[in-house]
Amino acid sequence: MSVILKASNISKQYRLGLIGTGTLSHDLNRWWHKLRGKEDPYLRVGDSNDRSTKAESDYVWALRDVDFEVEKGEVLGIIGKNGAGKSTLLKILSRVTTPTIGEIKTRGRIASLLEVGTGFHPELTGRENIFLNGAILGMNKSEISNKLDEIVEFSGCQRYVDTPVKRYSSGMRVRLAFAVAAFLEPDILVIDEVLAVGDAEFQKKAVGKMQDISQGDGRTVLFVSHNMAAVKRLCSRTIVLEHGKIVYNGDTDEAINTYLSIGEEDHDVMHYVSKDENTHVKDIEVLSENKTFLTGSTLSFKINMNSKPKGDFNVLIGIYNKKDEKVMHLSSKDFMNSLEMNAKGEIVCHLDKNPLIQGNYYTNIVLQYNKDEHEKHNECLRFSVVNGDFFNTNKLPRLEKINVFVDHSWSSN
Amino acid sequence: MKENPWLYTISSKQKLLHLNLKEIWQYRDLLVLFVKRDVVTVYKQTILGPLWYLIQPLFTALTFTLIFNKVANIETGSVPPFLFNLAGISIWNYFKNCLTATSDTFKVNANIFSKVYFPRVILPMSIVISNLVKFGISLLIFFGFYVYYYTTGASISINRWLILFPVLVMVMGLLGLGMGMIISSLVTKYRDLKFLVQFGVQLLMYVSAVMYPLALMRDKLPRFAWLVEYNPLAYVIEAARYMLLSDGTLSINGLIYTLVVTLVILFFGLIIFNKTERTFVDTV
Repeated sequence: MSVILKASNISKQYRLGLIGTGTLSHDLNRWWHKLRGKEDPYLRVGDSNDRSTKAESDYVWALRDVDFEVEKGEVLGIIGKNGAGKSTLLKILSRVTTPTIGEIKTRGRIASLLEVGTGFHPELTGRENIFLNGAILGMNKSEISNKLDEIVEFSGCQRYVDTPVKRYSSGMRVRLAFAVAAFLEPDILVIDEVLAVGDAEFQKKAVGKMQDISQGDGRTVLFVSHNMAAVKRLCSRTIVLEHGKIVYNGDTDEAINTYLSIGEEDHDVMHYVSKDENTHVKDIEVLSENKTFLTGSTLSFKINMNSKPKGDFNVLIGIYNKKDEKVMHLSSKDFMNSLEMNAKGEIVCHLDKNPLIQGNYYTNIVLQYNKDEHEKHNECLRFSVVNGDFFNTNKLPRLEKINVFVDHSWSSN
Repeated sequence: MKENPWLYTISSKQKLLHLNLKEIWQYRDLLVLFVKRDVVTVYKQTILGPLWYLIQPLFTALTFTLIFNKVANIETGSVPPFLFNLAGISIWNYFKNCLTATSDTFKVNANIFSKVYFPRVILPMSIVISNLVKFGISLLIFFGFYVYYYTTGASISINRWLILFPVLVMVMGLLGLGMGMIISSLVTKYRDLKFLVQFGVQLLMYVSAVMYPLALMRDKLPRFAWLVEYNPLAYVIEAARYMLLSDGTLSINGLIYTLVVTLVILFFGLIIFNKTERTFVDTV
C-alpha cells in the first residue's frame, strides 16, 4: 500500500473576538517583525481549543500539530465532539483555507462533499445547474455530459430538469445537489455528514451510494461523522480529535470507545419538566425500584399531563444509546387505540425487567394526538444503567456485543 | 514500486506570485459556465430582458449630450456630440462594470469559497469576459448610430488604427480586473473601502475624459490637466474615440504609459489576490 496523503504538523490559528478592531495595528506589527526577520509575534501565544474555559489570549489553536497518513484505498474515519477541529481539518484538506503551520502532501485530487449544492443558481434550470455545480466541484464538461443521465436518474428529478431551480422544493434541490456530488470521481473523497439529507427513501439511497463509493474500486475516502454506526460500518481506521489534537489513531472500535469516553460529564436527567407551559406534557420521570437503574430491575416512565389532548392520543418512547442507535421502542399504539389518564393526569409505562445493558441512554418521547398532531420531547431523559442480575441466577450476565437482554429459558424435553 | 511524486502541497508557504495557468486551463469549462451564468441570469424575469443592455448606455449618452454639450457647450469638433458621448460611455462602462463587479468577488462568493476549492482567479476572469458581451452589445448600438450619422452627412470616419481596438478593450478589461482584484482583497479585511469604491468610480469618470476631449481640458483648465494626463483611463478613451471617430489625438507615449501602468496594477492585483484567497475564509 502506498501513502496517498500525508499531513505533517498541521496547525491552524484563529483570532477570537471581533475582527476589524485592531487588525490594522496587528498587521502593521506583524509586518514590522517580518521586516526585521523576526517571528510572527502573534503566533506564539494561543490556547488549545477548549470552548468551556475562558481564553487567556486573543488567539486560539483550532488544530495543533496534527499528523497522519492515509493509504491508497483506505476509508479513514475522523470523529470528535463539536469544536474538536474536524471542520477546520476538512477546510484545510479541501483547500478552502491554508494551515497556519505545517503542510499536507497529496498524490491525488481531493474533492469534498462539505455541503452539497454550493453554487446552485436559482435562475438556472436543473440541467444547467448540474453542469455548473459539477464544474465547481472540479469535473469538466465531457465528464458531466457522460454522467448526466445517471445523475438525473439518481436525483429522481427527471420531470424538472428544465425548470429553474428556484421552483424546486428544498428536498428536490438537495437531492439534485447530492446526485451531482455522488458522481464525482476524485482520487480522494472527503465526506462530511451529508447522509442526513432528503426523505427516508432518498437517505437510504444516499447511504447506499456512499457505501458503494467507499467500498468499490479502491477509492480513498475521509469520512467525518457523528453517526457512530456509519463510521463503524464504513471505516477501516479512525482518528479521534479532541481540542484540536489527535487523541487516538487506529482501530475503529477502539476509536469509538475513546470518542465516547470524552466528556463523560453528561448529567443524568431523571426528571424532565417541559419548559413550555402550553405543552400537554407537564413532566416525565424515569423510575426504578432501586436507586440506580440496574439491568433486570423494574423500569418505568411516569408522564404527568397538563391537559388532555384532543381526540385519541398515544405515547411513543424511543430509547437510544450513546451511539445514537435506537435500542427500544415502546408504543401505546401497539396496545390500544387511545390512552387514558388517571384522575391525577398520570400515564405510566412499566417494564418488569429492564433489558438494557450497562451504559448511558436517552429518550425521545412523542405524544401523538388528534390523528396527526405531534408533541415531541427530544432527549428529554438521560439515565445510566448498571449491569445487574437479569436472569436471577445470582451472577452478572456477560455483555457480549449485545444491546439488550431477553428473558428466556433452556430445557431438555 | 516507485512512488508517484506528490501532486501538490497544501501549506501556508507559497510563492509571492502564484498563477497556475495549467490549473486554470483545467477549469476552463467552469470559466465558460460562469460567463454563461452571468450573461443569462442578469435579466431573467425582466420584461425588457437584454434590451436593458441597450437602454442604459443610450440614456446616459442622451443625458450627457443635453447637459454637457447643449447646456455647458462642450465642443466636440466635427463629431456629433451624441456619438462622441456614446463612444466614451461604452468603453467607460466596460471598465466600470469590470471594476465594480470584481471588487465584490470575495464578498459575493464567500459562500462558495468557504465550501469548495477552485482557482479563485476564475471568478474575476469570468466577470471581465461576461462584461465583454455587454460591451459588444453597446458597441453594436454605437455602430447603428454611426451608420445613421454617416448617411446623414456627418464628417466622421474610421481610421486604420481601428485594428488595434481589441487591444484597447483588453487593456481596459485588464485594468478593471487588476484594480478590482486589489480592492476585493482589501475589502475582505477593511470594509471601509467598499464606500470608497462607490463614489470613487464616479469621481474617476470626470477625470477620465469621458465627456470631453483631452485637449479641451488642457486648454481650459491647464492647472488641473495633470489629473487627466496621469490617468491611464483617459488615454484609452481618447484613443478609442480616435480609432472610431478620427477625433482628437492618438498619443503613443500615453498608450505606452497606460500599458505599463496596467501591467503593474495587474501584477500587484494578482499578488494581493493570491495572498488573500488562501486565508480570507477566516476573516470574511
